[in-house]
Amino acid sequence: MSVKQALLALLADGDRYGYQLRAAFEEATGGVWPLNIGQVYTTLDRLERDGLVSRSEADDARQVHYGLTDAGHQEAATWWTTPVELGSPSRDDAALKIALAVSMPEVDTARVIQVQRAAVLSRMQDLTRARHASGDRDSAWALVADAMIFRAEAEVRWLDHTAARLANGDIEPGADARAATTFSLADGHVAAESRK
Amino acid sequence: MSAQTVGDGSGADPEIVLSMRDVSKAYGDGDGRVHALRRVSLDVAAGEMVAVMGTSGSGKSTLLSIAGAMVTPDAGEVTVAGVPIEGASARGRARVRRELVGFVFQDFNLIPALTVIENVALPLDLDGASRATARSEARRALAAVGMRERGKDFPDDLSGGQRQRVAIARAMVGQRRLVLADEPTGALDSVTGDRVLSVLRSMADQGSAVVLVTHDARHAAWADRIVHLADGTILEEARAARPEQLLTGEPR
Repeated sequence: MSVKQALLALLADGDRYGYQLRAAFEEATGGVWPLNIGQVYTTLDRLERDGLVSRSEADDARQVHYGLTDAGHQEAATWWTTPVELGSPSRDDAALKIALAVSMPEVDTARVIQVQRAAVLSRMQDLTRARHASGDRDSAWALVADAMIFRAEAEVRWLDHTAARLANGDIEPGADARAATTFSLADGHVAAESRK
Repeated sequence: MSAQTVGDGSGADPEIVLSMRDVSKAYGDGDGRVHALRRVSLDVAAGEMVAVMGTSGSGKSTLLSIAGAMVTPDAGEVTVAGVPIEGASARGRARVRRELVGFVFQDFNLIPALTVIENVALPLDLDGASRATARSEARRALAAVGMRERGKDFPDDLSGGQRQRVAIARAMVGQRRLVLADEPTGALDSVTGDRVLSVLRSMADQGSAVVLVTHDARHAAWADRIVHLADGTILEEARAARPEQLLTGEPR
């Protein structure tokens, strides 16, 4: 979660002081990712250092307001038109665990998949219940909850797909250890390497 | 994993509406014999929604057909609202289907020659309810699915999502004790599908026992329990765990 970009986006909407920024952030994201005020100020300091933000003199209430510089406005605008950086697939813990399970003939991969699926479904039930109870009262929260539900659904579909391939014999446990070619997923790029 | 436990542990045990005990069913003979269900047990209580997931051929539709007294199991006991299905005459099973069970299928099964309200009132007409009662119940059910204004239209006048909501309204009339839904959202888009699920959920919240067969995890997640069928047996079960904090933020 890019706090830096979020604060720039909020400041593009008008100058604010630290506590206002934090409140605006939590309002816009349904309070799902709490932000401590120290984090807000460290980020603002860094943005100021990079010339993206400037601060005003303290006002009567002794609040220091922050605003965007021209470079800051440009950076904020660029964010909306560029995709969010896609995470590296090597950081998917479930994929990692099941890939390891498949490589070890003594591990019951089908069971590993079952346990994972039951846990993900259980979490989806909780999320769906809370989402349904909230209705559309809190649209920011509902939007974030929907995102989590759809991601969890994708994980269940992938688990089902993998379980089916395993059941069909398309995946042979332990076979990877003998594979001639491996694919490296480092840094989000796929590279084929031939093994000696 | 067994599927014997029922209820959420709050207060008195709710009444078991659907009880399936060691139910088995096979189709075909000899080498081509397929075991659709092998000693499956499942209880569904009043007010509870259970989702059944599994790949094609896992036995989930057979399970639903048996619960709805449309298919007779080879072995095992099935009761609906305390009425045993096996041993009942064809007429007795038809009575269970008509009086206790509401069905929602993927292909809607609406009768094209009848108006929307006539379709919805049909189960009550067949039960011998008065015309006025049947109409007023049907209107209430249509309102619950957001189709109050469309009573005079014919099924062909409606979109897929609207037809499915009418089919659900028909399953709702007469406060069916057991509601069985087989992939009820078919090819509906996700927003319309959620609306259909929300109606099924509220039927459970109002006291029906609901069994939903689906391959869609998002839809299954509306249920209190999710059972996973593979090769005719229940493999695993997920249930709504804790209402403790899911996301740090809570809906305001």
